[in-house]
Amino acid sequence: MSEHSVFDEMWGRDAQLRAPYQNFFDWFDQEDPKRLRAKNREAEDLFRLTGITFNVYGRSEAEERLIPFDIIPRIISGSEWAKLSRGIEQRVRAINAFLHDIYHTQEILKAGRIPREMISQNEAFQPKMIGVDVPGGVYTHIVGIDLVCTGPGEFYVLEDNARTPSGVSYMLENRETMLQMFPELFSKNRVQPVQQYPIDLRRSLAACAPNMTDAEPTVAVLTPGIYNSAYFEHAFLADQMGVELVEGHDLRVVDGRVAMRTTNGYKPIDVLYRRVDDDFLDPLNFNPESQLGVPGIMDVYRAGGITIANAPGTGISDDKAIYSYMPEIVEFYTGERPLLQNVPTWRCSEPDSLAHVLDNLEDLVVKEVHGSGGYGMLIGPTATKKEISAFRKKLKARPKNYIAQPTLSLSTVPIFAKAGLTPRHVDLRPYLLVSPEGIKITPGGLTRVALKKGSLVVNSSQGGGTKDTWVLEE
Amino acid sequence: MLGKTANGLFWMYRYMERAENTARLIETGQRIALTRLNQTDDEWASVLQSADCLYGFRAAHDEMSRDLAVDWMLRSKDNPSSILSSVNAARQNARLVRTAITGEVWEAVNSAYMALKTALARKVSERDLPSTLRLIRHHAALVRGVTHGTMLRNDIYDFARLGTFLERADNTARILDVKYYVLLPSARAVGTSLDNVQWESILRSVSARGGFRMEYGAGGGPREIAAFLILDKRMPRSLAFCAGKLSDNLNYLANEEDAGAASRARVGALENGLLSQSIDDIFDFGLHEFLQKTLEELSSISRQIEQDFRFYA
Repeated sequence: MSEHSVFDEMWGRDAQLRAPYQNFFDWFDQEDPKRLRAKNREAEDLFRLTGITFNVYGRSEAEERLIPFDIIPRIISGSEWAKLSRGIEQRVRAINAFLHDIYHTQEILKAGRIPREMISQNEAFQPKMIGVDVPGGVYTHIVGIDLVCTGPGEFYVLEDNARTPSGVSYMLENRETMLQMFPELFSKNRVQPVQQYPIDLRRSLAACAPNMTDAEPTVAVLTPGIYNSAYFEHAFLADQMGVELVEGHDLRVVDGRVAMRTTNGYKPIDVLYRRVDDDFLDPLNFNPESQLGVPGIMDVYRAGGITIANAPGTGISDDKAIYSYMPEIVEFYTGERPLLQNVPTWRCSEPDSLAHVLDNLEDLVVKEVHGSGGYGMLIGPTATKKEISAFRKKLKARPKNYIAQPTLSLSTVPIFAKAGLTPRHVDLRPYLLVSPEGIKITPGGLTRVALKKGSLVVNSSQGGGTKDTWVLEE
Repeated sequence: MLGKTANGLFWMYRYMERAENTARLIETGQRIALTRLNQTDDEWASVLQSADCLYGFRAAHDEMSRDLAVDWMLRSKDNPSSILSSVNAARQNARLVRTAITGEVWEAVNSAYMALKTALARKVSERDLPSTLRLIRHHAALVRGVTHGTMLRNDIYDFARLGTFLERADNTARILDVKYYVLLPSARAVGTSLDNVQWESILRSVSARGGFRMEYGAGGGPREIAAFLILDKRMPRSLAFCAGKLSDNLNYLANEEDAGAASRARVGALENGLLSQSIDDIFDFGLHEFLQKTLEELSSISRQIEQDFRFYA
């Protein structure tokens, strides 16, 4: 992909400042770079002090690391956002309808729109969820959709995150940091707020409580513990919502309810926002080795005694093999044309596709179907011959394990580097809350940025950073 | 509140208090070392004993020296009560109870940890010791200050205070016990300059020198010092003061289900014992025996609190 075809969200393709960035740039142009550099360092100190760090697995001493924060915001116009958010909402509606169908009558399989073995042989399919009626009919209470931009208003869905999407604390803290450091920017620009997210989250979760009683439902956040890489976020969200942060050993099934051990005895929980994977949720029903879960919680769940958010088994909807069927899924359940585009995807499980992928490895991105965090993938255009041939072997050995996509020409947004504004590739993860009362999208989301020149990998575990994401008022 | 959270708060504040007390003990030890007449390192053994880490030290080291003792108490990872270990443990507990403490308290604990991790990354030279110890006290004071200034007065605060005062009472009792022989009436007759240094070191190790002088002027001997640190309810590190605070905070936690009744009974007994005795009664009973008994009571109170408020089960 040649350099001039890359779309920069601030400068377009032809070095013309785009409208949403006008106010910001006027301000930036007047600023002393020295002051900004000092502010950049200040931001880092602030993050370290407030403890916005993540733990890196497998490193005992270096434990906590900061995700680098860049002070140049990513700015999206109100109209562009309105269009985008309609597409995201449609997709999430379809995902919930799909999950309900897959765990009940499986109409979409009967209609032949998805091959049956895609579900039955999929590790993400959760047989224990068959026939379970989830409270409020909601499967995915919290969703994060990973998007990339390739041109003005051209967004593609890279991945759906329907299990336990993380990163929302960075969205909130990035905004908080910008507000503290550059208050003047927010009087010059009308930026749609994001700070209501924790309250919205609590309301949305409470609205999904199993037996609507008069009393305010008790919500709690379940974390694997302080050594989990996202522990900061778990504590942050519980704190912001004003609910308890619990671990598996704080919980126990008492009289048919899941209850937490308080200083005054066991108190039942109505809604559990769990940040523990399905497998570890219940040693009696899933992985018997799990120390992180609650023995018997699935039985309480199936009897309607608690809401688990997100529901177990939602992984079947964000699985990379299912991803390629998303356009069909959206059409099947909404009866509408998909508003958001999927990245064209070759399923290596299909012989024709596999042949095509093997012939074009140097142009493609190949991903593990169940992988995440940017690990175990091949980025053809930047890989060495050796890496490609090593990957070819892995791919031939287990073709079902992989999908392949073309390398899109991802947009860039400038970062504030030593030499001034320098373009870097970005992606975007907006967050949605689903309840019987509707779908709520927080304007903006988390922008992740690849800090290395030319790099397409934005994952924080591999040197990515973040930016504040602004959606302007129309 | 979750039992686990109560446990985390209790220990977070115990460890902060411990870090501060250890800093004070090192300061006192250093002062004695600088003003002593004979050139042995015996004094450090009793400082280590006061900090309740002599046993571990002996297991790790064959010889006793100033450098080794100070390093053991300041920054040894093998010593769970070293200042570095304590502040690290306080912060781990703060992380665990992040939702219960205010943002400002968390930041104060986190910045204490970050500052001390840097300051204690390498062996601290004798020349840098005073400023390092000041840094520790400064950060401990900051945590105490924001706790006082920003936390709601509810059960969260009560558990924080229980941890603080249990640790403090334990510390005061231990310091007195290690030095009890200096305070015995028989020692009064000696009145050498060495004894004066010893008495003063006891007062300094609980930051009570100023208060004692305010109260007794240039006078006051071992009997008064013992009374001041055991029975004076105005002295914030005395046993009577700590027992009073433990009792207050347990009373705040009492509810219609009578939570913490057993802990309250134990603390009540401790407090009554302190209120109903004079210092002469204590000397008659035996100072060492009295302090040993108090230390045992304090650890059984700690266990009772754990049990009453379901810290672990």
